[in-house]
Amino acid sequence: MKEHQDYILGVYDDEDVLVEAVGKVREAGVKIKEVFTPFPVHGLDTALGYKYSNLPVASFIYGATGTITALSTMIWMLGFDWPQDIGGKGHIALPDFIPITFEFTVLLAAHGMVLTFLIVSNLFPWNYAPKMFDARSTDDKFVMAIELDSNSKMTADAIRSVLRESGATEVNDFKDEAHK
Amino acid sequence: MAAVHQQLVLDEKYTFQSKTKTSLIILIVVGLVLAGLGVVLAQSMSHGHEAAHGTEEVAKAAEHAHHGSPVIVKRILKDLWQNNIFFGGIALIGVFFLAFNYVAHAGWSAAIKRVPEAFGNYLFVYAGLTVVLLIVGGHDLFHWMDHDLFDPASPKFDEIINSKSWYLNVGFFWGRTIGYFVLWILFWWMLRQKSKQEDMIGGVNNYDRSIVISAGFLIVFGVTSSTSAWDWVMSMDPHFFSTMFGWYVFASTFVSGLAMITLFVLRLKKAGYLSLVNENHLHDLGKFMFAFSIFWTYIWFEQFLLIYYANIPEESYYFVERLLNSTYAPFFFAAFFINFLFPFLALMTREAKRQMVFLEIVAVAILIGHWLDFYNMMTPPVLHNDGALDISFFFLEVGITMVFLGVFLFIVNTGLTKAGLIAKNHPMLEESIHHHVY
Repeated sequence: MKEHQDYILGVYDDEDVLVEAVGKVREAGVKIKEVFTPFPVHGLDTALGYKYSNLPVASFIYGATGTITALSTMIWMLGFDWPQDIGGKGHIALPDFIPITFEFTVLLAAHGMVLTFLIVSNLFPWNYAPKMFDARSTDDKFVMAIELDSNSKMTADAIRSVLRESGATEVNDFKDEAHK
Repeated sequence: MAAVHQQLVLDEKYTFQSKTKTSLIILIVVGLVLAGLGVVLAQSMSHGHEAAHGTEEVAKAAEHAHHGSPVIVKRILKDLWQNNIFFGGIALIGVFFLAFNYVAHAGWSAAIKRVPEAFGNYLFVYAGLTVVLLIVGGHDLFHWMDHDLFDPASPKFDEIINSKSWYLNVGFFWGRTIGYFVLWILFWWMLRQKSKQEDMIGGVNNYDRSIVISAGFLIVFGVTSSTSAWDWVMSMDPHFFSTMFGWYVFASTFVSGLAMITLFVLRLKKAGYLSLVNENHLHDLGKFMFAFSIFWTYIWFEQFLLIYYANIPEESYYFVERLLNSTYAPFFFAAFFINFLFPFLALMTREAKRQMVFLEIVAVAILIGHWLDFYNMMTPPVLHNDGALDISFFFLEVGITMVFLGVFLFIVNTGLTKAGLIAKNHPMLEESIHHHVY
């Protein structure tokens, strides 16, 4: 087990330069670990090649579960287990069940989606906090972090020169001590 | 980015090609022929029906039971009225679309705003036809226009309708009808003038004024969209009332209007116009259709649920007429499947909303489904059990609808040529060009 993880950080001044730099760096064959920006940058996720999440599919499954659970429970309870005639509408009065079915669908879809998002994104409070590579990325700098281990085909110097050519104003090294 | 920007043409001008004109005229003529055949067909079928009953006296008695004009005349009047309200409503939604986009300071819609703007041209036809149809067919379409209902000495005296006479009287009704059209056309005309001036002189002055005009229109529309629905649709069933009816009609016309706007944008895009519009704008139109299909379902179902649950005779007969009566039940359920389930499932994913084919299919389905919804609102009070779905439906009703569609498309296409296809000095145009939906 290695004692620590080595990173190279490219620091940029401008978001437009950054977005173009992401493309150039990826074209040069360098894998980017993460990019830190003080504010959301338009088009950055496309430049990084991130795929759309499957969260909507999960949400649909949760919602459909809600619909089926609510409908079948009410039909079983009011139609078979303890038949009741409310307001002269018959035992299985479907229109009466629709609002509750709707609410339960929304409940499961919404809560399921939030929980899934928290799990997938590792965002629970007790989870290991994301690393702070460069504190200036919370102020006025855009920081691109590159992990040396996942770029074993390239030398560190080659990566440094790619970053400089892409418009980075600073290229720094970073040692992550947390892995000791 | 800069390179992309320079390729965009801001001075697009739409030409209403003679080929398109010819096909629209063919549509109208075929519609007229179909409608004519439909009349013949409906007549021959009803004669056969009467013959089956035996003697002519039975037929005469049946005719006397229905007050007013013969069934076929009522049916044609009802079809004209229904299509008039349906297509007129779509035209009005064009103005509404403009207005709420102005008030919301919406940026994305700047590139397509000339499409809903052109819809307003049809308001003149809407106004004219409404007046003519009310003069010609008012008594056949609106049961409450019979004076005897308000006369305590008459055997036809109707206490329930009489109690509504402060609102449902011919004078006030005509006043409201004229008032709606004057206000709607005035607001559309002001917005259109400001938009044309903006093209010529630029600046934000016209935009700012348009926001004020739009805010005024939204207040007017908020009231008149409900009251016009009471007047022109709900009062066809004068005993019935529903506090949700205005919203219900609005929801139906709004989603139809959005579908029509989408179809126009798609068609212009396919013909090589609207170079600024990309899948991000289509995505927003798709979201609108998706969301308001659900909104319509919500209103449609809530109205039913409350009436079904409370079971007050004056209210529930509306659904007895439409749902328990097998004549209209197919329309009722067809509306549910076409207007809710289909758009809901077809437009659910992100990719579907960004593809022209999907949007086109769903938009056409929405227009058909909501036309059926209007059919179901307006037919039972006029035709009672004579509105059965038979083969003549596909000639008479479909034919008349084709005529209206042709006229509507003709007028909106002409309207599109009257100004540039892109509001080139719209202050939000830059935002619309860079619009991106995640």
